[in-house]
Amino acid sequence: MDATEIGLWGVPLAILGGAIRVSTPFIFVSLGEAITERSGRINLGLEGTLVFGAMTAYGVAVMTNSPWLGLLAAAFAGLCFGLFHGWICKFRGVNDIAIGIALMLFGSGLAFFFGKPFIKPKAPNLPAIPFGGWSDIPQVQAALDVNVLFLIGAVLSVILWWAFRNTRAGLIVRVVGDSSDAARAMGLNPDTVRLLATGVGGALAGIGGAYLSLYYPGSWTERISSGQGLMAVALVIFARWNPLGCFAAALLFGGAGALGPALQSVGVTQGYYLFYAAPYILTLIIMIATSSPTRSLAGAPGELSITK
Amino acid sequence: MPALFGARFYPAALEWIARRAEAFVIPLAALVVGMALFSLFILAVGKSPILLYETMWRGGFGSWFSVQNSLSRAAPLLLAALCVALPARLGLVVIGGEGAIVLGGVGAAAIGVALSGAPSPIVILAMGVAGMAAGGIWIGAVGALRHYRAVNETISSLLMAYIAIALMNQLVEGPLRDPASLNKPSTQPLADIYRIGNIPGMDVHWGLVVGVVACILSWVLIEKTRWGFAARIAGGNVRAAQVQGLAVGPLIVGFTALAGGFAGLAGMLEVAAVQGSANASLAAGYGYTGILVAFLARHNPLAIIPVAILLGGIDASGGLIQRRMDLPDATVLVLQGMIFIVILFSETFYGRFKAFNPDLWKRPDLVRRTA
Repeated sequence: MDATEIGLWGVPLAILGGAIRVSTPFIFVSLGEAITERSGRINLGLEGTLVFGAMTAYGVAVMTNSPWLGLLAAAFAGLCFGLFHGWICKFRGVNDIAIGIALMLFGSGLAFFFGKPFIKPKAPNLPAIPFGGWSDIPQVQAALDVNVLFLIGAVLSVILWWAFRNTRAGLIVRVVGDSSDAARAMGLNPDTVRLLATGVGGALAGIGGAYLSLYYPGSWTERISSGQGLMAVALVIFARWNPLGCFAAALLFGGAGALGPALQSVGVTQGYYLFYAAPYILTLIIMIATSSPTRSLAGAPGELSITK
Repeated sequence: MPALFGARFYPAALEWIARRAEAFVIPLAALVVGMALFSLFILAVGKSPILLYETMWRGGFGSWFSVQNSLSRAAPLLLAALCVALPARLGLVVIGGEGAIVLGGVGAAAIGVALSGAPSPIVILAMGVAGMAAGGIWIGAVGALRHYRAVNETISSLLMAYIAIALMNQLVEGPLRDPASLNKPSTQPLADIYRIGNIPGMDVHWGLVVGVVACILSWVLIEKTRWGFAARIAGGNVRAAQVQGLAVGPLIVGFTALAGGFAGLAGMLEVAAVQGSANASLAAGYGYTGILVAFLARHNPLAIIPVAILLGGIDASGGLIQRRMDLPDATVLVLQGMIFIVILFSETFYGRFKAFNPDLWKRPDLVRRTA
C-alpha cells in the first residue's frame, strides 16, 4: 500500500511520523548542548561526538548483540569526548569554538577509522513501541511507531527544565554560566563545573548518535550525521537555553527534515534536494530572526562567547 | 658571553629572528608532538609508525611524481585556507568554505557552458569571475549577517555550506543537468579549449600558481595596506574601530566576500582544471582541510603556502597508506585531527616562554634569573 491511497492526508501524517523519528537525536544533542552552554561554554565538537557515538553504538551492538550495551558505550564515548573538550578549554588562550571544530574533524576521523569493518554487518535495533496499533492504516502505524529513546528524551527535557530551576546543581550551572566572578565568590570552581557540564553534554550527544545508527536510519555509514550536531547549537539558541524549548524545537526540525520525503511520497519530486535542505534553511532563518545587533539574547548565559 | 647579547651588540638580524622565533618554534613543536601522539595511536592499533611515516613521505614527497601529486592537492587548499584566514583577521571564525567552493564550481560551469563558442581567454576569465562572485556572495552574506544581524558566523557559514551542497545537487539534477550523465549527474562538460592546462614541464595545473599569487596578494592586503590595518584594528576591538571612524560594516562584508571569492575560485579551478564539469565531487572536503591549514599557519597568508603543501602531501599519501599498510582511508583524517587539536592547544604557550622574549635577551641578568 502506498501513501497516495490515503491521499494528501499522508503528508501531515508522514511529517508527524518523520518529526518523531528524526527529532530524537536533535533532542539529545540539544539537551546536552543546553547543559554545556548554560555553564558558559560552547561545544561545536558535538557533531563529531554524534558520529563517533553512532559508530561506537553500532560496533558494540554488533559484537555483543545488545543495542542497550551499544547505547551505553556511545554515552561513555561521548562522555570522554566531552571531558576532553572541557579539560583542554580550561587552558588560557585556548578557544572553545576552535577546539570544537577540531574535535568535530577528529571525532569523525576516528569514527571512520574504526567504523570501516561495521559498514557491512547488521546490528540489533533499539526497541520501539507501536502506539499506532489501534489503526488499520499502515501509515498511521508507521507514524506512531515511537522509539523508547524519544520518550526518554521527552521525559529528560522536563526533568532538566525542572532541575535548572529548582535544584542546587541547576543553580550552580546557571551561576557559572552567567558570571565566573560570581561563581568564584560563591566558592565554586567554574572550570570544574564546565568540565562536568561539557562531559554530560557529550554523553547525551553520544546517545543521540546511538539512536541514529541503532534505530533511524538504523545502520552505520560515514554520512550518518549531516550536521545535526551543529544544528543543535543553533537550536539551543532558538530554544533560549530552555530544555522544554529544545524539545519543541527538535520536533520542529524533525518535521522540516521529513518534509522532503513526505512530499516525495505523494509524488512531489520537484525540488527534492531543496526540501532536503529545509532544516538548514529553517535553522538559518530562525537564527537571523532571533539575533539582534543591539542587544544580547534574552536568557543567554553571560559567559557564552557566541552571544556576547 | 652576556656582553654578546647586550643591547649594543644585538645584531638586527638576530633580533628579527628572535622576535619571530616563537611563531616558528611553537607550531613546529606542536606538529612534532601531534605526529608523536599519532605514532602512539598507530602503535595501539598494531602497526608500525616508522613504516607509516616512511610511507607517508614516499606518498607525499618521495618522488617527483608524488611531489607533483601533493602540489596538485595543495592548489585548492591554498584558496580554501584563505577563506578562513582573511575573516580570522577580523576576529571571525568562518568554517563553511566548502559551500563557497561548491557554488563557485557550479557558477563557473554554468558560465562556461553558456558562453561556449566564445574565445577561450574570455570564457576562462568569465568563469573565474563567476566562481569568485558565487563564492563571494555566499561568504559575504555570512559577514553581512554577522555585522548587521549579529548572527554567529561559525554556525551560519556551516549551515550555508549544507544549503550550498543541496543547491548544487538541485541544479546539477535539474536545470543544469547534462542528459548524457547517467550515474553521476553533472553539468555539461566544458569544451577542451576552456579547460585549464598544466604548468609547463609539470603535471600540476595552473591553479597552484593562482593559489600562491592569491596568498601573496592577501599578505600584501593585510600587512601593507590601510584596509588590512583597519581590519586588524576591527578584529582587535570593534568598538575602538568604530570610534576611530572606520566603516566596520563594509570592511567585514568586503573581507568575507573576498575570502569567499577565493574559495569560489578554488571551485572554478576544480571544474576548469580537474573535473571538467560541476558535480558532487566538488564537495571533496577541501573546505574542511582548509580550516586546518589556516589554523596551522596561524592565519598568516604567506605561511599558508608551505602548510598547504605539507597537508596536500599528507592527503596525497592517504591512498598509499591504505594500500601498503592495510589501514582505513580515514587514517590521515585522524592524523589531521590530532595535529589540529595539538596546534590549538599550543596557543596557550604563546608568551609563556621567557626564551622567546627578545627584550629579556637584551637583559641577560633577567634571562639568567628566569631561565
